[in-house]
Amino acid sequence: MPNSLIKAECTGRSKLPRLTNLVDDVILIAMTPNPYFFIVIFCGVAVVFPLMPLALAWLWRRFFQPPRPGAGKNATYECGVESVGEAHVQFQSQYYLYCVIFLIFDVEAIFLVPFAVAFTGLPVGAFISILVFLLLLIEGLVWAWSKGCLDWGSKRLSAR
Amino acid sequence: MSDQIDGGLRSELQRQGIWVTSMEELYNWGRKNSIWPLQFGLACCAIEMIATAASRYDIARFGGEVFRPSPRQADLMIVAGTVTKKMAPQIVRLYNQMPDPKYVISMGACAISGGPFKQGYNVLKGIDRYIPVDVYIPGCPPRPEALLHAFMELQRKIDSQKLTGNAKAEHLDPMQPSEFPVPAFGAHDLEPAANPRLFQPPKIERS
Repeated sequence: MPNSLIKAECTGRSKLPRLTNLVDDVILIAMTPNPYFFIVIFCGVAVVFPLMPLALAWLWRRFFQPPRPGAGKNATYECGVESVGEAHVQFQSQYYLYCVIFLIFDVEAIFLVPFAVAFTGLPVGAFISILVFLLLLIEGLVWAWSKGCLDWGSKRLSAR
Repeated sequence: MSDQIDGGLRSELQRQGIWVTSMEELYNWGRKNSIWPLQFGLACCAIEMIATAASRYDIARFGGEVFRPSPRQADLMIVAGTVTKKMAPQIVRLYNQMPDPKYVISMGACAISGGPFKQGYNVLKGIDRYIPVDVYIPGCPPRPEALLHAFMELQRKIDSQKLTGNAKAEHLDPMQPSEFPVPAFGAHDLEPAANPRLFQPPKIERS
């Protein structure tokens, strides 16, 4: 009987041989694990494992915690300073543009330092090329400025 | 607890390989060996506190290495350094936000009394004016060994705390206040200048 079951499984067909004995049938199905059975076990453990400490902590709090709540104790934690306004504040994504522009000019400074050190000994070609580099960056800055990237958020958003 | 086991019988049993304990002892043993300090330092004492937590002195041997950056998870506040009057309300608020049971170590001369800066107009003359202090460590700054000693003293105190009966620990008494008033900035000084419930200095009588 087991041989025919395995064969049925290997060929991928659901046509199981009819078993006269129901108990045998149940035992056989339990003995041949479904490949997805382990995923079910995995999911079960993945749910129970984090929930258990949370549940234990909740039970401990429920039954053993010294009951001493208070307005200050339950207040929002802001490093000891009294919190002002709501905790759910939205930050402008425009901060990202500031960062990118800062980064560009930060890297520019790295290029400028060796240029400034070797300034007196530079040939004309090198001088012109660094000038072109600077002009490109300045043009970029002017463009970003005119686009309003340096306005701190509120102006553009309120204009909309 | 009247059914405490006799000390002689206990050591006798222990010699025979039977270890007897009570829930209270077990509970306190767990508490005293996993004290989580609040992670903040105020002045030079904080450097000594950092050294205590680092490998040479290694406060982890006593179960106190988990410095928590949030008061919600901390049991112990180590006031390490000069407390300015600007900082005092924040410290009291942090102390209030710590869950019970909580303990305070006042580390160094400044945290005890203002120390060498006692005459400064902006220096609080001891953090015990606002929050109850369990262990004081003198020194300027105290060496890491002194902080370890204070830590062990605190462990001794936790170990001796009763969980039931009339002499049970303060944090288990629901009549005790759960918070201490946070001082506010007044025109000239913090108001109130001290918590009268905690701070009753002896009156000096001069003839």
